[in-house]
Amino acid sequence: MPNIYVPKPSSDTVVYVKDLRTWFPVRRSFIDVIRRRPPLYVHAVDGVSFDIKEGETFGLAGESGCGKTTTGKTILRLVDPVGGIIAYRPRERLLKEWEEIGYHPKFIDQYKSVDISKIPSKYLKPLRKEMQMIFQDPYGSLNPRFTVYKILEEPLVIHGIGETKEERYDLIVRVLEQVKLTPPEEFLNRYPHMLSGGQRQRVGIARALLLQPRFIVADEPTSMLDVSIRAEILELMMELKERYKLTYVFITHDLALARYICDRIAIMYLGRIVEMGNTRRVLENPLHPYTKALISAIPEPDPRYRKILRELPIKGEVPSPINIPPGCRFRPRCVTYDKTTEIQKYCETEEPPLIEVEKDHYVSCWLYGTPEEVRELIKK
Amino acid sequence: MLEVKNLKTYFYTTKGVVKAVDGVSFKLNKGEVLGIAGESGCGKSTTAYSLIRLVPPPGKIVDGELIFEGRDILKLSEEDFRKQIRWKKISMVFQGAMNALNPVYTVGDQIAEVLMLHKHMTKEEAMKEVYKLLEMVGIDPKRAKSYPHELSGGMKQRVVIAMALALRPPLVIADEPTTALDVVVQAQIMNLLKRLQREHQMSIILITHDLSLIAEMAEKVAIMYAGKIVEYGTAEQVFLNPQHPYTRGLLASIPRLTGDIHKLEFIPGVPPDLSNPPPGCRFAPRCKFKFEPCDKEEPPVIEVEPGHYVSCWLHAKK
Ligand SMILES: Nc1ncnc2c1ncn2[C@@H]1O[C@H](COP(=O)(O)OP(=O)(O)OP(=O)(O)O)[C@@H](O)[C@H]1O
Ligand SMILES: Nc1ncnc2c1ncn2[C@@H]1O[C@H](COP(=O)(O)OP(=O)(O)O)[C@@H](O)[C@H]1O
Ligand code: SF4
Ligand code: SF4
Ligand SMILES: [Mg+2]
Ligand SMILES: [Mg+2]
Repeated sequence: MPNIYVPKPSSDTVVYVKDLRTWFPVRRSFIDVIRRRPPLYVHAVDGVSFDIKEGETFGLAGESGCGKTTTGKTILRLVDPVGGIIAYRPRERLLKEWEEIGYHPKFIDQYKSVDISKIPSKYLKPLRKEMQMIFQDPYGSLNPRFTVYKILEEPLVIHGIGETKEERYDLIVRVLEQVKLTPPEEFLNRYPHMLSGGQRQRVGIARALLLQPRFIVADEPTSMLDVSIRAEILELMMELKERYKLTYVFITHDLALARYICDRIAIMYLGRIVEMGNTRRVLENPLHPYTKALISAIPEPDPRYRKILRELPIKGEVPSPINIPPGCRFRPRCVTYDKTTEIQKYCETEEPPLIEVEKDHYVSCWLYGTPEEVRELIKK
Repeated sequence: MLEVKNLKTYFYTTKGVVKAVDGVSFKLNKGEVLGIAGESGCGKSTTAYSLIRLVPPPGKIVDGELIFEGRDILKLSEEDFRKQIRWKKISMVFQGAMNALNPVYTVGDQIAEVLMLHKHMTKEEAMKEVYKLLEMVGIDPKRAKSYPHELSGGMKQRVVIAMALALRPPLVIADEPTTALDVVVQAQIMNLLKRLQREHQMSIILITHDLSLIAEMAEKVAIMYAGKIVEYGTAEQVFLNPQHPYTRGLLASIPRLTGDIHKLEFIPGVPPDLSNPPPGCRFAPRCKFKFEPCDKEEPPVIEVEPGHYVSCWLHAKK
């Protein structure tokens, strides 16, 4: 009998997220307001749960707009959720700093995790040193009017790291060496447009690394780069992870790449996780109808596929995240639903939870457990 | 059907001459799909623009021949080229075209305009053809009345393909036709192109940075690097028996969905500045097999097996 996924912290959990929801209000017209139409929301993240262990690379994958970036930004409180828990286990360093500024966080479990979603904004600053983000677009995420030196000095100044200019200079030179922009002196005075795409992404990584974080959300860090240089950046990221004991959330739409990088992976669709588990197991034995369709669509550099049309077991297009279909949100596109009459009544009315189908492999689909069975489980 | 001989297209910028396409040659048979692959900036789009003689200024085709159906179409006057060749015989799906659809006209009107302009059809005749074209690319003909913003990315891309097919040209150039699309939509568009190509015996030149897409469709493959074709052959030759160090490096850097997880390779360095390319082999600064002749003289093109050409000194030695 399967289990239902509930994030349970253990001694090596760094972050866990429970039923996270991030909605963005849709701008309303004047008419909407006078007619008292109810406000509408983009359900970018709509009930997401997962847990991440120390030193792990946790993948978030799925098509454009499914909520990967919003999930990543919410964990870092770069956007605010409307509901759910974001539990993070702070290091001593952070607890001390909070204490110094008079903040005494409430621990929500025996491992001294803190619910980040409840931290008042004025106490967020020290948290930035623990949790950082690497952005997708190495072109857009660096200020074009700043030199590399200035780009890297800014966070040091904001966080009051390095008392003197000399100290900051040393820190910057060191971080440039860490990301292999050597000799550092050659890069300090360059502007972003004087760097190649790969070099810019290294500056992005350097900026994230500078505050000595422990947890990094990397949002498609190589998707804008040419394929021949991607592996070089990924190798660097993995090396830094080992050396500084980092934990990564690795966002990607490239499942083949995830297979090389991520220990575990979550496949998202319309703001929810539909399948989650050990990366190889999920990709080599996908169980959710959506994951199966995604995998069947991935082109491969093998001329054998030339003579055949690809079978794509999926219908229609991604619906708007404003009006989420009732029941299973994948139903309007699901060919398994069409073929499996016995479960249709469940698909139409109830959202399936993440069910453990095999060890560390969870799927959100009524094929793998009916609501009756699931309720039984919840009771237990 | 098409033979490109020593094509050179340069951009005369204020900072110098950018040799975007620098001596490109290939052949394309009727009903065949040629894939041109290479990293961004290697000259793929410029090659495509050259073939329909729409190189944007300050670019100019400075040398070469484009033999199409037996004559050099570079020698035609612009007016003859426009009347006889462009769109009618050779059409193009431009990179990013789906975002360049005119937002104030319906997509039906935009396709109809191509027909009215080139085939002198009346609006009514044109609309009849528009419905057929939409059906052909898998869009409900009722959507002819939609404006671009009312369509998804995949549908807009289908509209753009319908426009390229409007005059039923024997040769279509598709420049990065799926680059901005999600993987499922991308696979749908690739299926569509494959189906249309077979049903209409079209020739297609598929241009993309994604070698996997080329493998999905092309019979002949050209690998471009820094303005030149460095390897050319059948898909089987290039993918299963790659001979140029660049092609090998590219293939080894692509993550695979199945099989063992080996270490992903990368090619150190970056492509050269095309206004100041290195002497000799342009790949030499990044090549781990570089030896004496490489940075002195340009490597010759060697036929390593029938129909499989490689431009590299490693093969010239043998
Ligand atoms: N600030 C915002 N205001 C309103 N809607 C937003 C905002 N940010 C994101 N969204 C919407 O939320 C949904 C999820 O967006 P998100 O950027 O998280 O997706 P993603 O999975 O990262 O996609 P991609 O692969 O394109 O990066 C989308 O519908 C998006 O348009
Ligand atoms: N309009 C232009 N003006 C100046 N240089 C250009 C122009 N278009 C392209 N180039 C240059 O020509 C080279 C090849 O570009 P392009 O054909 O667009 O490459 P690809 O399509 O392979 O990415 C690049 O160095 C690019 O910067
Ligand atoms: S729950 Fe039903 S509709 Fe949803 S994915 Fe499973 S079979 Fe398809
Ligand atoms: S010619 Fe020399 S440098 Fe160029 S690819 Fe061949 S071995 Fe490498
Ligand atoms: Mg994103
Ligand atoms: Mg291009």
